[in-house]
Amino acid sequence: MKQGPGKKQVRGSDSFPELVQTTGMKIFEIRAHLLRFRVGIAGAGGLGSNCAVALARSGIGTIVISDFDIVEPSNLARQYFFINQLGMFKTSAIKETIARINPDAIVIAHTEMLSRDNIPAIFAGCDVIVEAFDTDSMKEMLVETIQTKIPGIPVIIGSGLAGWGRNDLIRCRKIDESLYVCGDEMTATGPDNPPMAPRVGVVANMQANLVIEILMNKLN
Amino acid sequence: MKLILNNREEEFSQAKCTVSQLLEIKKLSFRMRIIKINGVLIPKDEYETTCIKEGDNVQVIYLMSGG
Repeated sequence: MKQGPGKKQVRGSDSFPELVQTTGMKIFEIRAHLLRFRVGIAGAGGLGSNCAVALARSGIGTIVISDFDIVEPSNLARQYFFINQLGMFKTSAIKETIARINPDAIVIAHTEMLSRDNIPAIFAGCDVIVEAFDTDSMKEMLVETIQTKIPGIPVIIGSGLAGWGRNDLIRCRKIDESLYVCGDEMTATGPDNPPMAPRVGVVANMQANLVIEILMNKLN
Repeated sequence: MKLILNNREEEFSQAKCTVSQLLEIKKLSFRMRIIKINGVLIPKDEYETTCIKEGDNVQVIYLMSGG
């Protein structure tokens, strides 16, 4: 990834200077910077719930998250929900969980199914949008809608996270300034290839990591 | 014509073609995908009518279910 303005290398530390990306900012300055931003998350399932929690822990100011589903027992295998949240809307449950982790994070929850009609209004004003849907057709609809109706907002797709193992195949790829993909880009979920907590969590956290990288490059 | 297809330069005997024709020539049959030409997303219903020409940068991104 390209280094943003104000980047400098760490010297006199135990780090490998050429591999370290830093702004010279201390953690409280980094959090104060991240507090200014609004991140959209389309879906609050395996990718969305885990990504939202990572972003809230990192100090992102506002999270706009959308999902119409309720928390079911099978979701607990990989999604960031708890037994006492079964039956709740996922949006309400994640809002409750984030409030217990970082009450300063504002969560704007939309409990509705996303469509070509409501996506632009829900996510307009976001600095980055994380694609966290389950089905490939919804992923396609979301990316197509954002890139044609509200172009310029960077979108981070999650594609290829099913199964287990194969750590080395999971990657992050920049398509252009407004489109990125995280995942192995080849493994779809199926009856014999279920989504499992570690691989889903790796991709969700990779998406969150990339959100922070994009926002830390907006230092002006 | 020469194109950049997924970051690799490729040469085609055609002087130009539509997105649908390119998918056929390259046998890119996996249907859940995003296609961008020179950074602009091409909606699915415009594959038949959108023309690809010399020097274009074409990106095909596959969408795998799961999330």
